[in-house]
Amino acid sequence: MQTDPNPKKSKDSPSNSDSTESTQSASPFPDDVLGKVLSFLNSDKDRSSVSLVCKDWYNAERWTRTKLFIGNCYSVSPEIVATRFPKITSVTLKGKPRFSDFNLVPQNWGADVHYWLVMFAKVYPFLEELRLKRMTVSDESLEILATAFPGFRALSLMSCDGFSTDGLKSVATHCRNLTELDIQDTDIDDFNGGWLSCFPENFGSLEVLNFASLDSEVNFDALERLVSRCKSLRVLKVNKSITLDQLQRLLLRAPQLMELGTGSFQQELLPGQFGDLESAFSNCKNLRTLSGLWEVTSVYLPVLYAACTSLTFLNLSYAALRSVEFGNLIAYCPNLRRLWVLDTVEDKGLEAVGSSCPLLEELRVFPADPFDQQLHRGVTELGFVAVSRGCSKLHYVLYFCWQMTNAAVATIVQNCPNFTHFRLCIMNPGRPDYLTNEPMDEAFGAVVKTCTKLQRLSVSGLLTDLTFEYIGKHAKNLETLSVAFAGSSDLGMQCVLEGCPKLRKLEIRDCPFGNAALLSGLEKYEKMRSLWMSSCNVTITACQQLAREMPRLNVEVMKDKESDDSQADKVYVYRSVAGPRRDAPPFVLTL
Amino acid sequence: MSLPKEHDYIGLTEPSSMENSSSSIVSTESEKNTVLNLKETELRLGLPGSDFLEKKAGTGISLFGKDLKDEGNNGFSQIPLKNLVSGAKRVFSDAIDGSGKWDFPINGGSEVDLGNGGSENTNTLQSSLAGPSGKEIGNRNPRKPVEEKKNDNNSAAPASKAQVVGWPPIRSFRKNTLATNLSKNNDDEGKSGVGSLYVKVSMDGAPYLRKIDLKTYCSYKELSSALEKMFSCFTIGHCASHGLPGQEHLRENCLKDLLHGSEYVLTYEDKDGDWMLVGDVPWEMFTDSCKRLRIMKGSDATGLGMTCNLLSFLVMTI
Repeated sequence: MQTDPNPKKSKDSPSNSDSTESTQSASPFPDDVLGKVLSFLNSDKDRSSVSLVCKDWYNAERWTRTKLFIGNCYSVSPEIVATRFPKITSVTLKGKPRFSDFNLVPQNWGADVHYWLVMFAKVYPFLEELRLKRMTVSDESLEILATAFPGFRALSLMSCDGFSTDGLKSVATHCRNLTELDIQDTDIDDFNGGWLSCFPENFGSLEVLNFASLDSEVNFDALERLVSRCKSLRVLKVNKSITLDQLQRLLLRAPQLMELGTGSFQQELLPGQFGDLESAFSNCKNLRTLSGLWEVTSVYLPVLYAACTSLTFLNLSYAALRSVEFGNLIAYCPNLRRLWVLDTVEDKGLEAVGSSCPLLEELRVFPADPFDQQLHRGVTELGFVAVSRGCSKLHYVLYFCWQMTNAAVATIVQNCPNFTHFRLCIMNPGRPDYLTNEPMDEAFGAVVKTCTKLQRLSVSGLLTDLTFEYIGKHAKNLETLSVAFAGSSDLGMQCVLEGCPKLRKLEIRDCPFGNAALLSGLEKYEKMRSLWMSSCNVTITACQQLAREMPRLNVEVMKDKESDDSQADKVYVYRSVAGPRRDAPPFVLTL
Repeated sequence: MSLPKEHDYIGLTEPSSMENSSSSIVSTESEKNTVLNLKETELRLGLPGSDFLEKKAGTGISLFGKDLKDEGNNGFSQIPLKNLVSGAKRVFSDAIDGSGKWDFPINGGSEVDLGNGGSENTNTLQSSLAGPSGKEIGNRNPRKPVEEKKNDNNSAAPASKAQVVGWPPIRSFRKNTLATNLSKNNDDEGKSGVGSLYVKVSMDGAPYLRKIDLKTYCSYKELSSALEKMFSCFTIGHCASHGLPGQEHLRENCLKDLLHGSEYVLTYEDKDGDWMLVGDVPWEMFTDSCKRLRIMKGSDATGLGMTCNLLSFLVMTI
């Protein structure tokens, strides 16, 4: 095992010139033992704590760290990372602020992975894994990735942009040891599916292949051969171009699959084909996760029933199922822990969930038609209550609806007091309790009072400062808070900043919080990963003051064209040891 | 579907437009009353909600408008009108649901650009919901009367497609995928999809039933006009041609039927075997659950709780 090239002498030696605490305290471990012990540490938090103990431990830790996690790519620079950690084999990098998912961040904002890759190519030739979220990745970067790291194995790109299928061609062609290619929610130039055919004919190491978010058709024969060769394939998520009978052939080749994302679930099947598909599914004994089901027609759902019993995660969030057909399907899934659905299943479908899935821990209900301003169909508070009654282990919910009541939420958290993630989105901004016409303050009050383990909260509906008083007072484990169209005054935001000791990410849009609120968090922001405030009442002057007083924070402002000069329309504040970023585009003002 | 209706409501508050809409029909006050009464009580397959009102257009409203105008508070008059004439929970709930948007002064807003980069999201029209309005939201009195909400909804109706940037918070990938999925599904269902959906339609007193394919209609309005055409011959008591009979002709004969005390209500049998009033649920939900249709005599419809609405409505007109 590689150790520190400058090993410290024995601690007991009085000739040791480094008279730091470490020599005083009786540290009984020689460095190589310490290094060996620390190499077992995986959690970043633990490693962080270890590195703060003393200089010896800091050194031992940095030499044994192999996995790098950077939650904000601008909080540190490639140079600093390269200097401190010499032995990295796995990197996770997150880039843009989360609100960029919703088009609140303009194009070309930054978070380009390129310079990181150039540095990695120099310093980490043994890099094996790269996981990127909300980063810009060019084809050129992918080319570097594919050619500079002979041992490269796993590439995961979530919500990334900037590349095309040409970049994927490089990866497929050159990465001889690739085990994972996982592309999710990406917005790229999909020229054609030819990239898949670039995997060499003798290549068979894939364990994870996810190209569900790419549109264009791949060469099915190439895919089928690839799947046959990859004996360790456990995750296969194909795109819409794959038909049902093609899916059946793939399943025959890979009955060992644990996670399957189907292609299009709509096709005119001959009677024999239906039976073949059914038995293909029942042969997949290890299936735990099912997703895809694009354009599903209910008549083919029964082919899934045999595979459903062992499912722990069912993702139907792209399948517009109605309550009856969904209810029939879910009855076969008693072991579900995670469920994602569209609100086309309606309250009745959610009642079926409550009665069929007692082990459910996570539920996400997405709106099929989020801009439906007339009919407001989908789910209501009743569906949510029904699930909470039947699923006492529920701790993660993302729920999109058009109406909610304080009483319903109070009932829900009474039934499920263990919420760690509570994300409620009432889709018309500022909507009060539709029965009492009161603000939704008491709903979120109930959530924070009852759910002491709450880590993540997204609020919506008509909310006054009272909601935030509740949050500040009770949400002692809260780490992430998302606020939109809520609050009455600066006091709201101040309560949160003063009251939530573990707060790491705060994102706010369209709220009446102003300079006083922003500045009340002066000392807090250094303990947080980031703050986002857009369309609030913050002025540039206040941002400048913040930047002046807190030099270790980067304060970035983006202006909307129409607003007047003093308004800071979008403010992004984050702690950084790398100083202001050098790649900021002209529309980002670094203060 | 609801746009013309909402314009009618706007029209209600402006005397000039009201008169325009009714001018084609009446000349004198008394005639107006008589003829309009008849029109009000004309046999219609009265689906609660939009269709009913749309057919009435100027006439129905002018009927009430006269009374309500006297009240002097036009804003307020809209609600009772809706309640009585439509008896439609859904229409009313649309007003309430529309209230969710009352915080946002959609009209008169300036465009908000996202900056140099701009947004590629073609789904969103950008409205002036950023910045200053954020201030208003928290300070607005939540107890604003319903009619103002309705007004805002009306005036926003032309701009109803105006959306807040990045709201609801859904990723572009999901938005784009669902948009394509939905349109595809709609197309397919319209054509073959799950095939056609033939249901029997019976009418009390008619000698034989008819069959219609629910898939060939996409709204209650279409269904209602199709049924009217199909069954008009029965209401008159002798077979008329299937071409559209003149309105006058139909009215007289309907009056005859009415004098004999029969009104008709459209009902359907759902999957559970219950007889339901047509028009309460969204169209797709209705087609999913409808097994057969029945045009019921009003006197038989007491159990459905509909008759009281119709009757009270009729009482008001006389």
